Amino acid sequence: MAITVLAIIRLHNLVAVVMLSGFYSLLAATLFVVLDAVDVAFTEAAVGAGISTILLLGTLALTTQHEKIRALPRFPLVLVAVTGIALIYGTADMPAFGDPDSPIHEHVAPRYIHDSAEEIGLPNIVTSVLASYRGYDTLGEVTVIFTAGIGILTLLGIRRWRSRKPATGQSQGNGTGDAPGGDAT
Amino acid sequence: MTESSVREGGVRSSNMVLRVVCKLLIPFIMLFALYVQFHGDYGPGGGFQAGVIFSAAIILYGLIFGVHNAMRVAPPKVVRVLIAAGVLLYAGTGVASLLLGANFLDYDVLGHEAVEGQHLGILLIEFGVGTTVAAVMTTIYFAFASRQR
Repeated sequence: MAITVLAIIRLHNLVAVVMLSGFYSLLAATLFVVLDAVDVAFTEAAVGAGISTILLLGTLALTTQHEKIRALPRFPLVLVAVTGIALIYGTADMPAFGDPDSPIHEHVAPRYIHDSAEEIGLPNIVTSVLASYRGYDTLGEVTVIFTAGIGILTLLGIRRWRSRKPATGQSQGNGTGDAPGGDAT
Repeated sequence: MTESSVREGGVRSSNMVLRVVCKLLIPFIMLFALYVQFHGDYGPGGGFQAGVIFSAAIILYGLIFGVHNAMRVAPPKVVRVLIAAGVLLYAGTGVASLLLGANFLDYDVLGHEAVEGQHLGILLIEFGVGTTVAAVMTTIYFAFASRQR
């Protein structure tokens, strides 16, 4: 994963960068599987490696393939380095990985593990937590996705949507003929 | 790579192998999405993953056969309605439990027994999640792809 990140930083061809970031997501998904977080791995593989790669490629087709090479920005580099060092320093105080006595394992997790089979009746505790115990949070997440869709429609879609609709309704020849007309605007 | 993604906007790709394999694969991708959707209670998966996989099937169709054909399969108008329908189904489940005398999104009252109600509630909200995610992903793809040359 570190090699992938270094390659992403070094490369200036954005298509290669997008490909590598998809590869990075796939590696992250593998890591999640190793950590027994299958649901998260599933999401990472589908969203990170699949859909976002396609969407980024779509964006590249709209913009350009090559990064503009600028001088190395000093101040942001120092800022990021300092923040990173502070975060790494902060992890020293965190409980050891997999420590059963850490606070996160003593709050609500025991109840989920012990009682969710009787209370919810599902063998997959992740689904029980996501959909039932944390139903509000998931509703919020869906609303975020909803907002993203509405935002994309408002920013990119609406005018093209309307101009294309009669064309798609009629015939294929009109549908393809519509695309160059749309580009002119 | 970019050539194909640029080309997908208007002209249909004439690659026969891709088309045939795609036609073979798409039903299975959709079936797998439905499996992930409705089997998420018992195995890994759920609405989010299922929605993404389902939209991946539509996007794959759009990549191979052109965005305009994909838009005839999944009309943007319908997809736009589905974006809202998923959220409404989710929130509606909450309101239903509210009307039946429990807290918002407390599914215990939806069935005869608490566990049965939980099952129904989770099935409904996961379906809502899946609908919204699939519709939004398809919309985003349409919005980007329809601008391409």
